[in-house]
Amino acid sequence: MTLEARELSIRLGDVTVLRQIAASLRPGEITAICGPNGAGKSTLLSVLAGLLEPDHGQVLLGGIAIAEMAPNERARQVGYLPQHGELAWDMSVRHLAALGRLPHGDAGEKQIEAALEAVHLTDFAYRPISTLSGGERARALLARVFATDPAWVLADEPLAALDFYHQHEVLAALRAAAGQGRGVLLVLHDLSLAMNHADRVLVLDKGELVADAPPEEALSEETIMQVWRMPARWMGEPGARALSIC
Amino acid sequence: MNRASILFGLLLLLALPLSLLAGRVWIDATTPNATLILLELRLPRAVLAVTIGAGLGAAGAAMQGYLRNPLADPGLFGIAPGAALGAVLSLHLGLAAGWFLPAFALIGAGGAMALLALIAGRSAGIALFTLAGMMIASLAGALTSLTISLSPNAFAMSEIVTWLMGALTDRSWADVQIAAPLTVLGIAVLLIAGKGLDALTLGEAAARSLGMQPAHLRWLLIIGTGLTVGSGVAVAGIIGFVGLIVPHLVRPLTDGRPSQLLLPSAIAGALLVLVADMLCRILPLVTELRLGIALSLIGAPFFLWLLLKMRRELA
Repeated sequence: MTLEARELSIRLGDVTVLRQIAASLRPGEITAICGPNGAGKSTLLSVLAGLLEPDHGQVLLGGIAIAEMAPNERARQVGYLPQHGELAWDMSVRHLAALGRLPHGDAGEKQIEAALEAVHLTDFAYRPISTLSGGERARALLARVFATDPAWVLADEPLAALDFYHQHEVLAALRAAAGQGRGVLLVLHDLSLAMNHADRVLVLDKGELVADAPPEEALSEETIMQVWRMPARWMGEPGARALSIC
Repeated sequence: MNRASILFGLLLLLALPLSLLAGRVWIDATTPNATLILLELRLPRAVLAVTIGAGLGAAGAAMQGYLRNPLADPGLFGIAPGAALGAVLSLHLGLAAGWFLPAFALIGAGGAMALLALIAGRSAGIALFTLAGMMIASLAGALTSLTISLSPNAFAMSEIVTWLMGALTDRSWADVQIAAPLTVLGIAVLLIAGKGLDALTLGEAAARSLGMQPAHLRWLLIIGTGLTVGSGVAVAGIIGFVGLIVPHLVRPLTDGRPSQLLLPSAIAGALLVLVADMLCRILPLVTELRLGIALSLIGAPFFLWLLLKMRRELA
C-alpha cells in the first residue's frame, strides 16, 4: 500500500511550513526524512499520518485520500509514534502495547505477543513502564505501534535520546517491520543513521523537498553543504558510513 | 469488572446497612417507627449519598484521565459552580420550594456546559478547554458571591451559605428521583468515553493517531460531567474533593488505564460519601457537621499530601 504526498502545502500562522511536497513512498522500505531544525520534518510526518490537514494537496493511502477515511480505519492502517513518547499513567508493558488495539476494538492477544517479540520485550510484558530504562521504554512505545498491525509505521525521532546499542535495537525492529512488508517512515536527525539504515531519504529545507533518492545520492556532500551549510565528508564503506566535518 | 470494583463493591455492601442504622439515634429494628424512619429518612439519604458519590467519583476519574493530571477535579470544568449559582439564584428569588431549586441548579449546570462548549469550539486543545472551565468557575463563583451580598436579609444569606456547604440532611425520595437517573446516565456517558481516555494516555497526537476524535471525546466529557456533577449539586450543594481523592485511592488497584478506573471510582466515591455522611451524623457535635465541610476537611490535607508526594518524586 503506497503512501503518497500530492503537492502538499501548509501554512501555520504566517509561516509556510511545507511547500508543494510530492513523493510516493513504497512499503517494504525504510524511508527517512532529514533536514535541519525547522525544515518541516515533523509537520510532514503529521500530515502524512493524517493528523494535520494540509492547506493544499492531499495524502493518498493505497490510492484513497486519507482525509476521507474514518478515523479508526486510518488508525488501523497508519501507526504513528510522536517525538516525545508520552505516557500519562504508569502501566505494564503489555497494557501499553494493548493501547495499539484501540482502533480495532479487540483484545488482539496474538498481535500484542508479536509486537512484544518484535521489540524483544516478551520477558518484560508485566513490568511497569516506570521501571524500564530509556531504551526499553522506547521499544515498549514502538510495540504499541506494532500491536496495531498497521500497513505503515510513522515515527518522529524514534532514536533520539537512545544510546548506540538501543538505537540499533530499535532500527533492527523497524527493519524487520519493513521486511514484513510494512512501510516505515522515520524522521531522523542523525545523518549517519539515515545513510546506513534507510533505503530512501527525503531531504527537506525550509519546507521544500530538495532531495528524494537513495541515501548515497540524497545525502551527498553537496546536498549537506547546500542544506546544512556545513562542509562534511562521508568516511568508511557503504553501510558503515560516518560523517566527518571538514 | 476488575478487582478494584469488586473490592469497593463489597465494602459498599457492608457500609450500606450500617449507614441505615447509624445516626444521632441508632435505629433499633424493634421500635414501632423503625420501618418508617428507615424507608423515608435513612434509606433515601443513603441512596442519595451513593448516587452523588458515584457521580463525583466517576467524574473525577474521567477528568484526571482527560487532563492527564492526577490533581484534576470535576470542579475545574466550572459545572459545579454553575449549578451552585443556579441554586443560589433560586434561593435568592424565593423560588426554592419543591423542584424549583434542583431545576435552577440543573439550568446553571447546563448553562456552564453550554458556555464551555461554546468557548472551546470544535478545535480547541485541552489547555484552552481547561482554562475556559476555570474561567467559567471563576465567573460563576463571582456571581454567586454577588448574589449572596445582595441577599435581602441575614436569614436569606444564612440560608444560601448553609446550602452551599453541601449536605444530605432532610433529603427525600424526591431528591433521589432527580439525581439518580441523571447520575446513572452521566456515568454511562463517561464509561463510553473510556477508550478515548485510554488513548489520551499517550498524548493528544498519539491519541488522534489511534482514532480518538477530540471533539467527540470533549462532548462526552462535558455531558457526562455535567449530568453527574450538576445533578449532585442540585440536590446536595457543593461537595468537593471526592473527585480528587477517590481516583487516587483506586488507581493503584487498577492496571493504569483510565477506562479501568471509571467504574471502581464510581463505587469508591459512593462508599466515601456514604461513610462521610454517616460520620457527620454520629459525631457528637451540637449541630450536624455539614457533609461538604467534612469532605473538605479530609480532602484539603489529602491534596497537600499529594502535592508533597509529587514534589518528592520530581526531586
